[in-house]
Amino acid sequence: MSNADQSTDVSEGSSGDEYAVSVPEGRGRDRDADGAASTIIESRDLSVWYNDNQALQSVSMEIPEKRVTAMVGPSGCGKSTYLRSINRMNDLIDAARVEGEMLFNGKNVYDDDVDPVALRRRIGMVFQQPNPFPKSIYDNVAYGLRLQDRTENLDEKVEEALRKAALWDEVKDQLDESGLDLSGGQQQRLCIARAIAVDPEVVLMDEPASALDPVATSKIEDLIDEMAEEYTVVIVTHNMQQAARISDKTAVFLTGGELVEFDDTEKVFENPENDRVEDYITGKFG
Amino acid sequence: MSGDGATDGLTRRTQNSSRELLAKAFFFGCAALSVATTLSIIGLLVYEAAKFFTISAPLLGIDGPTATLTEFFTGSEWGLQGPNLGVMPLVAVTLMVTIGSGLIAIPLGVATALYLSEYASERARSYLKPALEILAGVPSIIYGIFAVAYITPVLDTLFGVDGLFNVASACIVVGIMILPMVASVSEDAMQAVPDDLRQAGYGMGATKYDVSTGIVVPAAASGIFSSFILALSRAIGETMAVTLAGGSLARSFDPTSLASYLSLFDPDSYLEPGMTMTAAMIQLLTGDVTGGGLAYRSLFAVGLVLFVITLGMNVLSDVIARRYQEDYQ
Repeated sequence: MSNADQSTDVSEGSSGDEYAVSVPEGRGRDRDADGAASTIIESRDLSVWYNDNQALQSVSMEIPEKRVTAMVGPSGCGKSTYLRSINRMNDLIDAARVEGEMLFNGKNVYDDDVDPVALRRRIGMVFQQPNPFPKSIYDNVAYGLRLQDRTENLDEKVEEALRKAALWDEVKDQLDESGLDLSGGQQQRLCIARAIAVDPEVVLMDEPASALDPVATSKIEDLIDEMAEEYTVVIVTHNMQQAARISDKTAVFLTGGELVEFDDTEKVFENPENDRVEDYITGKFG
Repeated sequence: MSGDGATDGLTRRTQNSSRELLAKAFFFGCAALSVATTLSIIGLLVYEAAKFFTISAPLLGIDGPTATLTEFFTGSEWGLQGPNLGVMPLVAVTLMVTIGSGLIAIPLGVATALYLSEYASERARSYLKPALEILAGVPSIIYGIFAVAYITPVLDTLFGVDGLFNVASACIVVGIMILPMVASVSEDAMQAVPDDLRQAGYGMGATKYDVSTGIVVPAAASGIFSSFILALSRAIGETMAVTLAGGSLARSFDPTSLASYLSLFDPDSYLEPGMTMTAAMIQLLTGDVTGGGLAYRSLFAVGLVLFVITLGMNVLSDVIARRYQEDYQ
């Protein structure tokens, strides 16, 4: 994978100061001197088809670095498709076809010379259903590091990842036990630990709390909040309140794979520009 | 019964109507039939085998020649001339065929299963699966002829073998026979691995090879091991092909000497003929066997040994499948 230089300049002209006011109160993300975050992921006219069904329609947006960006919308609106097109997980579906550009640090990930395997090592992913491997807790977290032959100080790295995922204290005495023996919420935090153990730049989360109870969900949300200190988090959720609670920016997709609104979370929820978005957010449909 | 009719029709006994009872009895009968058949076969096998041994024959009113347990289990020769009634020479060759065919079928079968489950396109699958099923459906006598007519000449060219019969050709041909079983049972196990786990692997930046070998195979391990054992127990019981390919010449095998066990792993010993338990039973049945004679009764003794081995394998397969089965959610 050609390692493109950080394209810090892409966003500043267009969306400069808006970020400063958008960050919800009480949330103190590190910011650049001018209060803006640089763009790490940018799509330009990205369209995705599954066979003849268009799942995304010419979506263009810029996702800021070290922020939480939420994607919301009704079922089948293309939000998960968008998420999966960032790290090319859609490649695994034979019927999927992509047009347009998805830039990661300025480099189109769909260029011929980009290796999706290398891409996914820098853009981690957490799924809807907790899916730990049927291996020990330790081996689950070490999986990606071993894959990349980064096994120096493996113990420390595993501990660090588990600490970051707020799971260490609960599992430090049972690292050799199967990851499947944990509760659903713990399993999901294990999956987060597994994803961040390899130090990705971006963590994609596809409805990570939808299979969890409210207590476990709240822990995951706290965790996502902390993760944004170090990582760019892109999260798909069908839960409006969740998006409002945890995200800095919100993208609203509506049926047909159309991005109808993308702005600071506060603005999207309090004063959306698009009437359909307002209807959706206030629960008139979806 | 209340008189106002409110509960009329609620009290009929459809559960116990004669049709329901009859149906239940019929279905039970069908189910019981297979159990009864199995038990009868086992009973008969044990009963007839008991007539063969010196220790139990008198109890059953047999006063002809018998064999001692020591003779049967430690004798180093098999042959009705003499008679030499050591079963271990037969067991040894059966073991050789099992080892040899396993060495062929297990790696190839698992690789085939991995290809079918993880790599093959829908199109490739649609050709390969039926081909495998056909392989499994070829009558074993055809495999036997194939071994004698084609495999042995090739082995002769490569290594030089004497005559038409050798254990190696039996191993190869039985390996081919049981390969579909390894492949299909393993593939089922791999298909049963939740797609979530593959997604997790790919999401971590694993390659297809990483996911196949590091995630799918371990997660499907219990099913894959079951397939090995099922296939090997099929190899042990295989008759026609090994009789044709391996020949009907009993080997010498001294179960009390370590050297003879080592010879099981000596490649040269595979290039010589050898008679398995099943081949010996065929020979007994097709020779001049007088009903009730020593040869006839030895048939059941060898059969019982064979049965105990395959039963043990099947139980083992069950235990492994249950013990190592992963629970997903």
